[in-house]
Amino acid sequence: MNRIFELLRQLSGDDAYERYLAHCRKAHPGREPLSRKAFFKLETERKWSGIRRCC
Amino acid sequence: MKKIVWAGISVFGAIALGQIAASRGESINSFWLVAAALCVYAIAYRFYALWIATRVLVTDPTRATPAERFENGLDFSPTNKWVTFGHHFAAIAGPGPLVGPTLAAQFGYLPGTLWILIGAVLGGCVQDMVILFFSTRRDGRSLGQMARDELGPVGGAAALIGTLAIMVILISVLGLVVVNALKHSPWGTSTVMATIPVAFLVGIYMRHVRPGRVLEGSIIGVLLLLFSVVSGGWIDHHAIRTLFDFDSGTLVWLVIGYGFLAAILPVWLLLAPRDYLSTYMKLGTVVALAFAIFIMHPEIRMPAFTKFVDGTGPIFAGKLFPFVFITIACGAISGFHSLVSSGTTPKLLSNERDIPMIGYGGMLLESFVAIMAMVAATVLDPGVYFAINSPSGLVGTGMDAAKTISAWGFPVTLDQMNNLAKEMGEKSLFARTGGAPSLAVGMASLFGNAFGRGLLAIWYHFAIMFEAVFILTTLDAGTRVGRFMLQDLLGNIWKPMGRTSWYPSVLFTSAAIVASWGYFLYIGVIDPNGGVNLLWPLFGISNQMLAAIALSVATGILIKTGRARHAWVSGLPLAWLAFITTSAAWEKISSTDVRIGFFAAADNLAEKLSLGKLPPEKAAIAPKLILNMQIDGALTIFFLAVLWIVIFEMARISWRKTIGLPVPPVSESPHIPSRLVEDWVRD
Repeated sequence: MNRIFELLRQLSGDDAYERYLAHCRKAHPGREPLSRKAFFKLETERKWSGIRRCC
Repeated sequence: MKKIVWAGISVFGAIALGQIAASRGESINSFWLVAAALCVYAIAYRFYALWIATRVLVTDPTRATPAERFENGLDFSPTNKWVTFGHHFAAIAGPGPLVGPTLAAQFGYLPGTLWILIGAVLGGCVQDMVILFFSTRRDGRSLGQMARDELGPVGGAAALIGTLAIMVILISVLGLVVVNALKHSPWGTSTVMATIPVAFLVGIYMRHVRPGRVLEGSIIGVLLLLFSVVSGGWIDHHAIRTLFDFDSGTLVWLVIGYGFLAAILPVWLLLAPRDYLSTYMKLGTVVALAFAIFIMHPEIRMPAFTKFVDGTGPIFAGKLFPFVFITIACGAISGFHSLVSSGTTPKLLSNERDIPMIGYGGMLLESFVAIMAMVAATVLDPGVYFAINSPSGLVGTGMDAAKTISAWGFPVTLDQMNNLAKEMGEKSLFARTGGAPSLAVGMASLFGNAFGRGLLAIWYHFAIMFEAVFILTTLDAGTRVGRFMLQDLLGNIWKPMGRTSWYPSVLFTSAAIVASWGYFLYIGVIDPNGGVNLLWPLFGISNQMLAAIALSVATGILIKTGRARHAWVSGLPLAWLAFITTSAAWEKISSTDVRIGFFAAADNLAEKLSLGKLPPEKAAIAPKLILNMQIDGALTIFFLAVLWIVIFEMARISWRKTIGLPVPPVSESPHIPSRLVEDWVRD
């Protein structure tokens, strides 16, 4: 059940910020990561700038 | 043991196919269609897809993918394979596989079904998979970039212009589907309009109230959408219904205005939340439809072939060959998918060994959606199906339409149509062209039988809302992508135009894109024979052209990398596409039948106009229609030219490679071993 919920969160992008934090801690330990709000602002812009939907 | 299972699947599949092929005259159960499809998919995946992956492409699980090498916690991010599959499927599956089979059902259930099955396993799935593989090996580059790198600047430019053109045609034809579904339907119109404030609310929630809580926002949004379907029914029974009762001429301007607004508003406010909602709606409805078909397994009422294989069909004109192959693009092979398979999905892919499942498997699922749409169209009484889908310019209205259609051998009465319209909560269901209303009637009767018949009108409007919502999402997203491409192009001429955040440039390019598709949409609506006959073939031809470009890139790469022996894997579907697209385009250009040939129709109308044979209201719009047919004809010639330029470039490069002359270098990135394989527990 937990596993399905995890998959659902990943599928919807609900956990994107946590994944981003994990990546920041691992790859750039010294740098201050973006805040939750700033991160999603950036993400939304990026995600809908390319081809995301077909016919 | 495994061999026995596969032998069993093969035998069962053969029985199912035999049932379909052998049943002549008597009706057949939709169970056999679904069973045959699933067996064909299983066998094709196990034996063909995996063979291509291991023998032709040679996927390498030890090699790091772009997602791993460029991981940034944002777009490049190694993702669980099921999640990647979900993203990929949600991106490739749009309204196309629902509308195409519905229209092609005018030939009977068999031709469309066979093309969906064969086209998918040998063509569409192969295209999606090989493009996904080649893009993964090239740092996740887009199709346009790969065409430029591997086939040279001419191929690259053709791919770019082709993509922009298909976007415009796609949006106009989808806009037409929405307009036809909503005209004089206060229930449908108010429901679809309500989705805009719902999207605003969800957007504000996810941006300011609880930033990034996508699941919470989506659940609230989906509940509000379902509520808007029900409340649309209340509006329909109230005096304010007249506020939402529009004819198609008004709806066109509403859709165009909406498209422009959506292109210039910030994405977080409208586009992003609408996209989340439409994705859940889409996945949920596809699952519900599969469930309903599975438990109901209704009888197919449409014959295997109708007499319209001779080219006289009311929904669109043209013989079975080649028009069934361009009417069903999405669901069998869709060039648009190559834009998602390159550029987007490779950035999530965590291991090359998942390529067959995501590329080939994703398209198999879309093909299955097309089969379900075919079932939903063919379980209707054929008379009802033709009454809903035939334009009034051809069969008349009301009693006349019922008489004409019954005379074709598909009995239908005025009472029957009036009762059906009443059950579905609509004023009339005659001449509701575009495929959406007939699909909604099919879905409503399936859902009604599976989950309770009392709610037919609600199911009908749910289906209309579901189709309209993700058509509008494609419209928003497509306009935005078109705008970026145009800004990119214009940026080469005058630098400031290329800045995506400079407001004058945003306004100008958005208006240009909206005006382009708005033009075709407007003409499609005023055309007395129904815009579907005009626009859908153009869309099919452009989509198949894009598929041919993608397969040319793939074939070129296979030959350049010394795999000429296996180049037929993408070369054969390419040859078939080139053949059908050229045949269809040639007929649209040169046919003397005024319902098929664009130029013939223009000349015919011009002659009638000059002889004064047209009634005044038709004479007023005739010059616009004539100009438009000529533009459509010119566009068809243009698509044909782009198609053959790319094929010629591919052949030229391959020939140079074979005789040892220099060719553009293979742009594959070097092998870097994956670190994820050892320290990452795979599921």
